[in-house]
Amino acid sequence: MIAAIVVGAFAGLLAGLLGVGGGVLFVPALTVFLGLSQVDAEATSLLAIMPMAIVGAWRQHGYGNVRLRDGGILGTAAIPGALAGVAIVNVVPERVVQVAFAGLMLVIAWQMVRERPRPEHATAVVPTDAPESG
Amino acid sequence: MLGLAAIGAAAGLFSGLFGVGGGAIVVPALVLRFGYPDRRAMGTSLVAIAVMAGAAMLAQGAYGNLHVDDGLLVGVPAVGGVIAGTWLQQRVPVRTVRLLFAVVLVVAAADLALK
Repeated sequence: MIAAIVVGAFAGLLAGLLGVGGGVLFVPALTVFLGLSQVDAEATSLLAIMPMAIVGAWRQHGYGNVRLRDGGILGTAAIPGALAGVAIVNVVPERVVQVAFAGLMLVIAWQMVRERPRPEHATAVVPTDAPESG
Repeated sequence: MLGLAAIGAAAGLFSGLFGVGGGAIVVPALVLRFGYPDRRAMGTSLVAIAVMAGAAMLAQGAYGNLHVDDGLLVGVPAVGGVIAGTWLQQRVPVRTVRLLFAVVLVVAAADLALK
Protein backbone atom coordinates (compact mmCIF):
# COMPACT_ATOMS: atom_id res chain seq x y z
CA MET A 1 0.00 0.00 0.00
CA ILE A 2 2.83 2.39 0.86
CA ALA A 3 4.57 1.31 -2.34
CA ALA A 4 1.41 2.22 -4.29
CA ILE A 5 1.37 5.68 -2.69
CA VAL A 6 5.05 6.24 -3.51
CA VAL A 7 4.62 5.11 -7.12
CA GLY A 8 1.54 7.35 -7.41
CA ALA A 9 3.51 10.37 -6.22
CA PHE A 10 6.36 9.55 -8.58
CA ALA A 11 3.94 9.15 -11.50
CA GLY A 12 2.57 12.60 -10.69
CA LEU A 13 6.07 14.04 -10.60
CA LEU A 14 6.82 12.65 -14.05
CA ALA A 15 3.48 13.88 -15.36
CA GLY A 16 4.21 17.39 -14.16
CA LEU A 17 7.76 17.34 -15.42
CA LEU A 18 7.08 15.78 -18.83
CA GLY A 19 3.40 16.31 -19.67
CA VAL A 20 2.58 12.62 -19.85
CA GLY A 21 -0.30 10.75 -18.24
CA GLY A 22 1.75 8.34 -16.18
CA GLY A 23 -0.36 5.30 -17.07
CA VAL A 24 2.89 3.38 -17.60
CA LEU A 25 3.42 3.65 -13.82
CA PHE A 26 -0.16 3.72 -12.50
CA VAL A 27 -1.21 0.48 -14.16
CA PRO A 28 1.62 -1.70 -12.75
CA ALA A 29 1.20 -0.04 -9.31
CA LEU A 30 -2.46 -1.06 -9.30
CA THR A 31 -1.84 -4.62 -10.48
CA VAL A 32 1.33 -5.42 -8.53
CA PHE A 33 0.76 -3.56 -5.26
CA LEU A 34 -3.02 -3.48 -5.01
CA GLY A 35 -3.86 -6.73 -6.78
CA LEU A 36 -6.21 -5.40 -9.48
CA SER A 37 -6.69 -7.27 -12.76
CA GLN A 38 -5.14 -5.72 -15.89
CA VAL A 39 -8.52 -4.50 -17.19
CA ASP A 40 -9.57 -3.01 -13.85
CA ALA A 41 -6.14 -1.43 -13.38
CA GLU A 42 -6.26 0.26 -16.78
CA ALA A 43 -9.73 1.59 -15.98
CA THR A 44 -8.84 2.67 -12.46
CA SER A 45 -5.65 4.39 -13.60
CA LEU A 46 -7.90 6.86 -15.44
CA LEU A 47 -9.46 7.78 -12.12
CA ALA A 48 -5.99 8.74 -10.88
CA ILE A 49 -4.91 10.41 -14.12
CA MET A 50 -7.85 12.78 -14.60
CA PRO A 51 -7.62 14.84 -11.36
CA MET A 52 -3.83 14.79 -11.60
CA ALA A 53 -3.94 16.10 -15.18
CA ILE A 54 -6.45 18.81 -14.24
CA VAL A 55 -4.29 20.05 -11.36
CA GLY A 56 -1.16 19.80 -13.52
CA ALA A 57 -2.80 21.75 -16.34
CA TRP A 58 -3.96 24.39 -13.85
CA ARG A 59 -0.43 24.79 -12.47
CA GLN A 60 1.04 24.92 -15.99
CA HIS A 61 -1.57 27.52 -16.91
CA GLY A 62 -0.26 29.61 -14.03
CA TYR A 63 3.26 29.28 -15.43
CA GLY A 64 2.00 30.42 -18.85
CA ASN A 65 2.59 27.06 -20.50
CA VAL A 66 -0.92 26.13 -21.63
CA ARG A 67 -2.81 26.67 -24.88
CA LEU A 68 -6.23 25.72 -23.60
CA ARG A 69 -7.96 25.64 -26.97
CA ASP A 70 -5.32 23.43 -28.57
CA GLY A 71 -5.41 21.06 -25.60
CA GLY A 72 -9.19 20.86 -25.88
CA ILE A 73 -9.01 20.03 -29.60
CA LEU A 74 -6.35 17.37 -28.99
CA GLY A 75 -8.28 15.76 -26.15
CA THR A 76 -11.63 15.81 -27.92
CA ALA A 77 -10.21 14.34 -31.13
CA ALA A 78 -8.63 11.59 -29.04
CA ILE A 79 -12.02 10.22 -28.01
CA PRO A 80 -13.04 8.78 -31.43
CA GLY A 81 -9.39 7.76 -31.86
CA ALA A 82 -9.53 5.67 -28.72
CA LEU A 83 -12.73 3.97 -29.90
CA ALA A 84 -11.02 3.13 -33.19
CA GLY A 85 -8.04 1.73 -31.27
CA VAL A 86 -10.25 -0.67 -29.39
CA ALA A 87 -11.81 -1.79 -32.68
CA ILE A 88 -8.42 -2.28 -34.36
CA VAL A 89 -7.01 -4.38 -31.56
CA ASN A 90 -9.78 -6.87 -32.21
CA VAL A 91 -8.74 -7.25 -35.85
CA VAL A 92 -4.94 -6.89 -36.00
CA PRO A 93 -2.71 -9.18 -33.90
CA GLU A 94 -1.89 -7.16 -30.77
CA ARG A 95 1.76 -8.22 -30.82
CA VAL A 96 2.31 -6.65 -34.24
CA VAL A 97 0.83 -3.36 -33.08
CA GLN A 98 2.87 -3.41 -29.86
CA VAL A 99 6.20 -3.88 -31.62
CA ALA A 100 5.33 -1.30 -34.28
CA PHE A 101 4.41 1.26 -31.62
CA ALA A 102 7.56 0.51 -29.63
CA GLY A 103 9.58 1.17 -32.79
CA LEU A 104 7.71 4.43 -33.39
CA MET A 105 8.49 5.62 -29.86
CA LEU A 106 12.19 4.90 -30.34
CA VAL A 107 12.20 7.00 -33.52
CA ILE A 108 10.42 9.84 -31.72
CA ALA A 109 12.87 9.65 -28.81
CA TRP A 110 15.75 9.95 -31.26
CA GLN A 111 14.18 12.97 -32.98
CA MET A 112 13.56 14.69 -29.65
CA VAL A 113 17.19 14.26 -28.64
CA ARG A 114 18.58 15.30 -31.99
CA GLU A 115 16.59 18.49 -32.51
CA ARG A 116 17.49 21.54 -30.44
CA PRO A 117 14.78 22.92 -28.13
CA ARG A 118 13.05 26.04 -29.38
CA PRO A 119 13.34 29.37 -27.57
CA GLU A 120 10.84 29.61 -24.74
CA HIS A 121 8.74 32.50 -25.98
CA ALA A 122 8.38 31.53 -29.58
CA THR A 123 4.75 32.10 -30.46
CA ALA A 124 4.59 30.82 -34.01
CA VAL A 125 2.45 27.74 -34.40
CA VAL A 126 3.23 26.77 -37.94
CA PRO A 127 1.98 23.41 -39.12
CA THR A 128 5.02 22.96 -41.31
CA ASP A 129 4.79 20.89 -44.40
CA ALA A 130 8.52 21.23 -44.80
CA PRO A 131 10.38 17.95 -44.61
CA GLU A 132 11.95 17.28 -41.22
CA SER A 133 15.57 18.23 -41.14
CA GLY A 134 17.89 15.37 -41.83
CA MET B 1 -6.86 22.81 -36.36
CA LEU B 2 -7.13 19.73 -38.60
CA GLY B 3 -3.52 18.87 -37.86
CA LEU B 4 -4.16 19.12 -34.13
CA ALA B 5 -7.25 16.95 -34.44
CA ALA B 6 -5.25 14.33 -36.35
CA ILE B 7 -2.59 14.27 -33.63
CA GLY B 8 -5.29 13.98 -30.98
CA ALA B 9 -6.95 11.12 -32.84
CA ALA B 10 -3.59 9.33 -33.12
CA ALA B 11 -2.95 9.81 -29.41
CA GLY B 12 -6.39 8.43 -28.61
CA LEU B 13 -5.82 5.52 -30.96
CA PHE B 14 -2.65 4.44 -29.18
CA SER B 15 -4.08 4.93 -25.74
CA GLY B 16 -7.12 2.90 -26.83
CA LEU B 17 -4.74 0.16 -27.93
CA PHE B 18 -2.26 0.07 -25.04
CA GLY B 19 -3.20 2.56 -22.37
CA VAL B 20 -0.06 4.53 -23.31
CA GLY B 21 0.31 7.10 -26.04
CA GLY B 22 -1.41 10.18 -24.67
CA GLY B 23 1.55 12.36 -23.81
CA ALA B 24 4.02 10.17 -25.68
CA ILE B 25 2.34 11.18 -28.95
CA VAL B 26 1.01 14.65 -28.17
CA VAL B 27 4.21 16.21 -26.75
CA PRO B 28 6.61 15.22 -29.57
CA ALA B 29 3.99 16.11 -32.18
CA LEU B 30 3.54 19.61 -30.74
CA VAL B 31 7.30 20.08 -30.45
CA LEU B 32 8.48 18.54 -33.71
CA ARG B 33 5.57 19.39 -36.04
CA PHE B 34 3.88 22.44 -34.55
CA GLY B 35 6.87 24.39 -33.30
CA TYR B 36 5.80 24.47 -29.67
CA PRO B 37 8.41 25.28 -27.03
CA ASP B 38 8.87 22.18 -24.86
CA ARG B 39 7.24 23.43 -21.66
CA ARG B 40 4.19 24.73 -23.50
CA ALA B 41 3.81 21.41 -25.31
CA MET B 42 3.95 19.56 -22.02
CA GLY B 43 1.50 21.91 -20.29
CA THR B 44 -0.96 21.75 -23.17
CA SER B 45 -0.59 17.96 -23.26
CA LEU B 46 -1.93 17.80 -19.69
CA VAL B 47 -5.13 19.54 -20.81
CA ALA B 48 -5.56 16.96 -23.57
CA ILE B 49 -4.88 14.12 -21.14
CA ALA B 50 -7.47 15.43 -18.67
CA VAL B 51 -10.14 15.47 -21.42
CA MET B 52 -9.08 12.07 -22.75
CA ALA B 53 -8.90 10.39 -19.33
CA GLY B 54 -12.20 11.93 -18.26
CA ALA B 55 -14.06 10.54 -21.27
CA ALA B 56 -12.44 7.12 -20.99
CA MET B 57 -13.18 7.04 -17.27
CA LEU B 58 -16.88 7.65 -17.86
CA ALA B 59 -16.93 4.75 -20.34
CA GLN B 60 -15.07 2.43 -17.96
CA GLY B 61 -17.32 3.49 -15.12
CA ALA B 62 -20.31 2.38 -17.14
CA TYR B 63 -18.69 -1.07 -17.40
CA GLY B 64 -18.14 -1.11 -13.65
CA ASN B 65 -14.37 -1.49 -13.89
CA LEU B 66 -13.42 1.41 -11.59
CA HIS B 67 -12.03 0.78 -8.11
CA VAL B 68 -12.54 4.20 -6.56
CA ASP B 69 -10.62 3.55 -3.32
CA ASP B 70 -7.56 2.18 -5.13
CA GLY B 71 -7.75 4.99 -7.69
CA LEU B 72 -7.67 7.57 -4.89
CA LEU B 73 -4.82 5.78 -3.15
CA VAL B 74 -2.51 6.37 -6.12
CA GLY B 75 -4.33 9.45 -7.48
CA VAL B 76 -4.12 11.69 -4.41
CA PRO B 77 -0.33 11.33 -4.05
CA ALA B 78 -0.15 11.90 -7.82
CA VAL B 79 -1.79 15.32 -7.38
CA GLY B 80 0.97 16.23 -4.92
CA GLY B 81 3.52 14.83 -7.35
CA VAL B 82 2.22 16.81 -10.30
CA ILE B 83 2.37 20.07 -8.35
CA ALA B 84 6.00 19.33 -7.48
CA GLY B 85 6.73 18.18 -11.04
CA THR B 86 5.37 21.30 -12.73
CA TRP B 87 7.23 23.46 -10.19
CA LEU B 88 10.45 21.57 -10.86
CA GLN B 89 9.97 21.78 -14.62
CA GLN B 90 10.17 25.58 -14.54
CA ARG B 91 13.58 25.31 -12.85
CA VAL B 92 15.25 22.58 -14.89
CA PRO B 93 16.94 23.40 -18.22
CA VAL B 94 14.72 22.55 -21.22
CA ARG B 95 17.45 20.38 -22.65
CA THR B 96 17.43 18.21 -19.52
CA VAL B 97 13.64 17.92 -19.54
CA ARG B 98 13.74 16.84 -23.16
CA LEU B 99 16.42 14.21 -22.54
CA LEU B 100 14.40 12.82 -19.66
CA PHE B 101 11.35 12.68 -21.92
CA ALA B 102 13.34 10.69 -24.48
CA VAL B 103 14.52 8.29 -21.77
CA VAL B 104 10.93 7.70 -20.62
CA LEU B 105 9.91 7.00 -24.23
CA VAL B 106 12.69 4.43 -24.60
CA VAL B 107 11.72 2.74 -21.32
CA ALA B 108 8.06 2.65 -22.37
CA ALA B 109 9.04 1.21 -25.77
CA ALA B 110 11.15 -1.49 -24.11
CA ASP B 111 8.32 -2.30 -21.72
CA LEU B 112 5.90 -2.65 -24.63
CA ALA B 113 8.24 -4.69 -26.81
CA LEU B 114 9.16 -7.10 -24.01
CA LYS B 115 5.59 -7.68 -22.83
